[in-house]
Amino acid sequence: MAAASPSVFLLMVNGQVESAQFPEYDDLYCKYCFVYGQDWAPTAGLEEGISQITSKSQDVRQALVWNFPIDVTFKSTNPYGWPQIVLSVYGPDVFGNDVVRGYGAVHLPFSPGRHKRTIPMFVPESTSKLQKFTSWFMGRRPEYTDPKVVAQGEGREVTRVRSQGFVTLLFNVVTKDMRKLGYDPGPADTQGVSGPCLP
Amino acid sequence: MNPKEEKVKIITEEFIENDEVADGRRKKTSKVQRQRGKKQTLTTGPEEMVLEKSHLGNQQDPMQEEPETHLVSMPSRQGPRSLPPIPSASRTGFAEFSMRERMREKLQAARSKAESVLLQEIPTPQPRRLRRPSEKESETEFGTESGKEVRRTQPEDDSQSYSRVKFDNSVRKIKSKPQTPPGFPSAEEAYNFFTFNFDPEPEELEEKPKAKNRERSNQEEEGEEEEPPIQEGDEEELLSGKDAEDFLLGLDQTTDDFLEVRPADYESVHVRLQMEEEALFIPSRLTVPTYRKLPENVQPRFLEDEGLYIGARPEVTCTNQNIMENRLLAQDPEKKWFGDDGRVLALPNPIKPYPTRPPVLTAGQSIKEELETLYKKAVKYIHRSQHMIGSGDPPGNFQLDIDIAGLIFTHHPCFSREHVLAAKLAQLYNQYLARQQRNKAKFLTDKLQALRHAVEFGLNPEKPHQSLDTTQKTINEYKSEIWQTRKLRDAEQEKDRTLLKTIIKVWKEMKSLREFQRFTNTPLKLVLRKEKVDQKADEEAFEAEIQAEISELLEEHTEEYEQKMEEYRTSYQHWKAWKKAQRAKKKKKKHAAEEHPDEEIEEPYPEEEPVKPIPPDPPDRPVIEQQVRERAAQSRRKPGEPVLVPELSLAGSMTPNDQCPRVEVLRREDVKRRSVYLKVLFNHKEVSRTVSRQLGADFRVHFGQIFNLQILNWPESLTLQVYETIGLSSTTLLAEVFLPIPETTVVTGRAPIEEVEFSSNQHVTLDHEGVGSGVPFSFEADGSNQLILMTSGKVSHSVAWAIGENGIPLIPPLSQQSIGFRSALKRADAISSVGTSGLADMKKLAKWAAESKLDPNDPNNAPLMQLILIATSGESYVPDFFRLEQLQQEFNFISDEELNRSKRFRLLRLRSQEVPEFRNYKQIPVYDREIMEKVFQDYEKRLRDRNVIETKDNIDAHRAIVAKYLQQVRESVINRFLIAKHHFLLADLIVEEEVPNISILGLSLFKLAEQKRPLRPRRRGRKKVTAQNLSDGDIKVLVNVIRAYDIPLWLSENLCFPSIEGAWSGGRCKFQKPSRSSRTFREKHPASPSTHSPTHSADYPLGQRENEWEAGTTPPAREQKVHDSNGLPGEEPSSVQLASSVRRHLARPTSQLSVAELASCRAYLFTVPGRALLCRAPNGDYSTASLQSVKDDVFINIFDEVMYDITEDDRERESGIHTRIERHWLGCVKIPFSTIYFQARIDGTFKINIPPVLLGYSKERHIVERGFDSGQSLSEGSYITLFITIEPQLVPGESVREKEDEKLLQATEKFRADCALKFPDRQCLTTVIDLSGKTVFVTRYLRPLNPPQELLNMYPNNAQATAELVARYVSLIPFLPDTISFAGVCDLWSTSDVWFNIQPYDSPLRINFDVTKPKLWKPFFSRSLPYPGLPSVQPEELIYQRTDKAAAAELQDRIEKILKEKIMDWRPRHLTRWNRYCTSTLRHFLPLLEKSQGEDVEDDHRAELQKQLGDYRFSGFPLHMPYSEVKPLIEAVYSTGVHNIDVPNVEFALAVYIHPYPKNVLSVWIYVASLIRNR
Repeated sequence: MAAASPSVFLLMVNGQVESAQFPEYDDLYCKYCFVYGQDWAPTAGLEEGISQITSKSQDVRQALVWNFPIDVTFKSTNPYGWPQIVLSVYGPDVFGNDVVRGYGAVHLPFSPGRHKRTIPMFVPESTSKLQKFTSWFMGRRPEYTDPKVVAQGEGREVTRVRSQGFVTLLFNVVTKDMRKLGYDPGPADTQGVSGPCLP
Repeated sequence: MNPKEEKVKIITEEFIENDEVADGRRKKTSKVQRQRGKKQTLTTGPEEMVLEKSHLGNQQDPMQEEPETHLVSMPSRQGPRSLPPIPSASRTGFAEFSMRERMREKLQAARSKAESVLLQEIPTPQPRRLRRPSEKESETEFGTESGKEVRRTQPEDDSQSYSRVKFDNSVRKIKSKPQTPPGFPSAEEAYNFFTFNFDPEPEELEEKPKAKNRERSNQEEEGEEEEPPIQEGDEEELLSGKDAEDFLLGLDQTTDDFLEVRPADYESVHVRLQMEEEALFIPSRLTVPTYRKLPENVQPRFLEDEGLYIGARPEVTCTNQNIMENRLLAQDPEKKWFGDDGRVLALPNPIKPYPTRPPVLTAGQSIKEELETLYKKAVKYIHRSQHMIGSGDPPGNFQLDIDIAGLIFTHHPCFSREHVLAAKLAQLYNQYLARQQRNKAKFLTDKLQALRHAVEFGLNPEKPHQSLDTTQKTINEYKSEIWQTRKLRDAEQEKDRTLLKTIIKVWKEMKSLREFQRFTNTPLKLVLRKEKVDQKADEEAFEAEIQAEISELLEEHTEEYEQKMEEYRTSYQHWKAWKKAQRAKKKKKKHAAEEHPDEEIEEPYPEEEPVKPIPPDPPDRPVIEQQVRERAAQSRRKPGEPVLVPELSLAGSMTPNDQCPRVEVLRREDVKRRSVYLKVLFNHKEVSRTVSRQLGADFRVHFGQIFNLQILNWPESLTLQVYETIGLSSTTLLAEVFLPIPETTVVTGRAPIEEVEFSSNQHVTLDHEGVGSGVPFSFEADGSNQLILMTSGKVSHSVAWAIGENGIPLIPPLSQQSIGFRSALKRADAISSVGTSGLADMKKLAKWAAESKLDPNDPNNAPLMQLILIATSGESYVPDFFRLEQLQQEFNFISDEELNRSKRFRLLRLRSQEVPEFRNYKQIPVYDREIMEKVFQDYEKRLRDRNVIETKDNIDAHRAIVAKYLQQVRESVINRFLIAKHHFLLADLIVEEEVPNISILGLSLFKLAEQKRPLRPRRRGRKKVTAQNLSDGDIKVLVNVIRAYDIPLWLSENLCFPSIEGAWSGGRCKFQKPSRSSRTFREKHPASPSTHSPTHSADYPLGQRENEWEAGTTPPAREQKVHDSNGLPGEEPSSVQLASSVRRHLARPTSQLSVAELASCRAYLFTVPGRALLCRAPNGDYSTASLQSVKDDVFINIFDEVMYDITEDDRERESGIHTRIERHWLGCVKIPFSTIYFQARIDGTFKINIPPVLLGYSKERHIVERGFDSGQSLSEGSYITLFITIEPQLVPGESVREKEDEKLLQATEKFRADCALKFPDRQCLTTVIDLSGKTVFVTRYLRPLNPPQELLNMYPNNAQATAELVARYVSLIPFLPDTISFAGVCDLWSTSDVWFNIQPYDSPLRINFDVTKPKLWKPFFSRSLPYPGLPSVQPEELIYQRTDKAAAAELQDRIEKILKEKIMDWRPRHLTRWNRYCTSTLRHFLPLLEKSQGEDVEDDHRAELQKQLGDYRFSGFPLHMPYSEVKPLIEAVYSTGVHNIDVPNVEFALAVYIHPYPKNVLSVWIYVASLIRNR
């Protein structure tokens, strides 16, 4: 019986890349993809997406709203390598070249429910002032060879980055069979936990 | 303030006014006039009006129109005013009338005036309230005190708009009901009737008070001056006031007559209160005494005191509780509501102090909301707990009384030497007194006496009831007791005596000091009183004592002696026995020695000679006596010697100042300058300090102060700080004295004065007689015998709890005091008090539990109690050893055993260790049972076989060893790469444009001017992708076959349909291009538009056009018909699918094209099947390391496809075509994948490896006048032009740079950079990676080596032949295609130097190899960098062994057998027949081929074959390879596709020949042929 003893657990995430705060930039679009460990496999939904270009709102918030839906389901046998969503935001520079405006990554939430995440974004810096100038002039800013780099810790020490803005994501998470496999992602049960009781 | 009261006041004012008027006190009128005038002037000021408006509203009585309100303030100042007016209904007499008249006039005047004033005024609100509060207060007082008036006016509160009518009405009702009957209007009433507007006029009413109040405020300013006259006539006014009231009431009564319209609905307050009292029950707020709550004669019983657990009661305020209790008592006297303790029954408080439900966070909440600050009222825990404790008592503070009596310095810097001695003496004397008080010596002496008596009794058998044993035992005990007591007594006596001696000694010292210094500054005086003793009795007692002692000692000694004697006897017996034996032995020996004198030496050495025991001395009485007497003389008073009793008194006289030396005077003055005070610190906070007192000459300070500390908490600490002030300047902290906190039993009055010592570590050196502190000084003249004293002293104090007024000690409650301030926290949390480690220590925990007085019955504590119980009862094992990381077990996820046993964890671990087999294992199953055992088999096998050399595949042992070695080398290199993989460079992570130099800028500028669509487009560079980011199926190898020429031609028919097949070793797909073979075809590109896809047709203006290789633009090969290669049996399905998909894609109608078209046959791609990598690289691992280790080759096979018409019947020819296609292998090009990987792309013309004999084909050279590459047309063999690349472009892994000299490496870098600048396309290899993955200079690998002598001897005369032979030999040396394991293929090298080709051509054929020409070759080593003479890694000389011919023959047979089996395997559906005859023919033929090195044998060979196999149609070819392993041979045979012929009567022939060369270099020839019998 598959129901009795499942061999995988499922993680379903839907939600959206809601909006972003990039005070200096406009007309941005974003890409997302997932980075996950070897024991993970996507079973449904899109693993990658590229959004529409959005312009700043005219009000004081100057929000860049995409409302770009995410809907993906993973299956896994091991929570190690829990999926991360990697976001990269692009937009035109002064000369109209498409340059990267920010990279960011965050783990998908562990616990079922609705979660809102605001990810700070960053971009790699040029190695020298001169290169910075030329890259600005030529419209070829330094980029990661692969946006997925931001989801891993290895090799980051050789890079320098600059913080850029924020992207807000909304996740609705549903898990299946995690408890059956012995993983408890729920919030800590405070019942029975005796804290210090002051008089 | 209450408007009612206000009004009342005003009414009374009116009375006064009227009264005054009535009394004819005209003196006021002038004032009134003046007031009026003032009012006129002030009307413009708006503030007054506002006052009135805001406060009085519109409820002013119209009576107050009167302007003379200047006495308004009077009631507040005049006592009598507050008295209630006497009701005087009967007194409305004659005077009333005249009064009324006057009144009326006045009213009228005032009214008109007020109205006129109002007309002028415009009220502007501006609050002015400064005065109001005081007025209000006075009014309140007035109102409440005159209860009658209050009552009278109460009903009038009801409505906001007061009508005078109503007021009057009510007044009449109360006051003057029995008076004038209604219907008889008085003059006043009549007047009112006609003049008054009875309707309430709010506006007017509003305005008037304003005017009035304005006046009042004015008046208040001047009130002071005006009042005195009024106050003089106090009595009068009081009386007149009453009169006036009467008058007023009378007046009202008259108006009343007209107001009978509505009956009054007033209800007396009395009545109402009475009614309320009947109807309502208001429970008292007072505490209910306990006896009322309990049944009679029942004492309250407190369960908690009896040890039962009672939870915390819910919190209810005292008042509410009292109300509730009162109510319950009143309503339900059954008293079932109360418990045994007299309190309302209650369940334990269900409210937990912390939330048990997780807070629900609504997603809509923003962070700001969650961070919102909530105001929470501060809660005083202490007070609340006090409420709980003393429910009956008022929560009072507790009090601690600290009595500081005084301070004595036992040492002080200002002490003179004499003082030091005096202090010492005083101390000794105190000690003496203390000892005297205890008198331990006497006590012990008495005890000794008693014990002796007891022993005496015990010895006398006068107690028959006691058994002898017991007695003996008791006596023994007594004796030991006596012995101990005597020892103690002796010690005590000695101490006493020593002390006395010391006292006397110190006193003597002091006396001598006084004499020496010739002055006395301490009043200390020791008197030794002698007490006469009776000499005889004393002596007797002394003697008796000594005698007793002696006898006892003697007894003890005798016992001891007995014991020793016993020991002695036994040992003596032993010794005797031994001696005897010895003697016997000796005798024997002697005897023996006589017989065998030589053996004497061999006598065993006596083990150990027992010493002859010495008998113990018997106890000697005189000796003992001597000892006893000596000791007695030392420690005891001699008999007859008088008892000395020292008495210390302060009676001595001190030398006055003028007789003292200067230093002493200075010292005394210094002492006087010093003063001392104490600070009292409670819980480390200063709460008070004593007065500063001067230090006395005797170094005593008397304070005698008592500090009453009002406290809330149980004290944590109580400290006194001693401060010393010298003169006016500095204050120094001498010491801190910690006072003990008194027991609860210690209350004021009962506390003894105690002394607490203190000492300071300050160092003081003084320049006068004072000895200082902390510095050495001496009593001796020579300064010897130094001693150092520190400032020290004693504080005498007493601390006690105060007693309250009712005799209850003001002590904090027990719950607090037991643990102190931190009790609550401690009690709540065991961890916080004993620490985490304490939890493991059961003893500590139990101790804590006992200390914190945990309620053992509280269910909350149950688990803890249980734990402690088990721990203390010893049921659980508490280790007494120390253990490091005792909690480690808790953190262990799983035990090590289980970890090793579990297949899943093993898999996970192996994967994280990046073991090749598991590196890319995906989705490791959750359960062990789902993991197949075979997963580990390969890995385990590899581990096992690491050192085992298998010979199954590798035929000869030598090869096997080499293969093993290579395998190990590869592994180690891969491991190095794995490490290097985790070492990232910036370029691995970030793509960054390089800083453009001028040439690139110029180039980019030039680019702008470039044509958008050049006629001959160039390939653009692509973005490089690091291999780590790839996933399965990402890599494609793109192969573009541009052209091939000089393909062998089919002889019999003039047709050639060459097809090309690309093969990934394993899977393959092939593309055939049927074309009419002809060397005559010269038409360029017939471009049949019908078959062209329109989108692409424009793109092929020329046949040889090179294309972009990107997938999207790869054009489908034109006019190609794809033949599915059935693939290998058991081939991976992925490649089959791929082939079919390509076929689908490319399926086009065939059209006849020429050979020239073959040149334009182009572009097909095939994907690297992911599974193809499986055999060597782990699945799906596209990391640099594994890609580099891919050994697979790309085969480009060229086939000729021959169509045979097999239509049997000519008649059918019209309706159907039945042909068979046979494909004949013509040759192949083999390109290793690693080459593609490292080169990124391969673009060039390759010589097709065509077998030396191709039966049925001619290799005739044709002069093809192709203009584009005339040079190649002259070359031998067939050629194919290919472009191969990988999609996406992969970055070859960087190696670890080390080993070589840094300078040299830099030079190589520079050299490379220089060369690359000039010829960016040319490869320049200066460094290579050696076996250990290190970079070494390339010339280390380049070295001339001697060829095998055997080969040199073969053609001794023909140098050319020898060279060819050697070259052939070299070509046969097996090598591995992967450049990791071996030195890289370098295209440019010399013997020891390195040059770079700077000629215009890079084709090897055109290179001028004369390196001495600097124009053509750029040397690496120049004068600036001379050749450092690097040692080569190659051996100096190779030694060549002869290869075993027998082994070669054996191998030959084996290979043949294997290959035959394989061919049969590849044809599973068909019968494979072997033509033995042909095979033997071929076998004979192969050695010839070897000898001729595959040249110039074709024609003869063909003829011979034709002769022998005349009736067969024969197609076949010999393959020639160097031998390293069997596998490549099989692959080569397979790739020829010989087995694909499915003609039913086909026969095969296969022959293998191996020619051995020295050093196990083998040349393998395989001849494969298929024969079809011609009918």
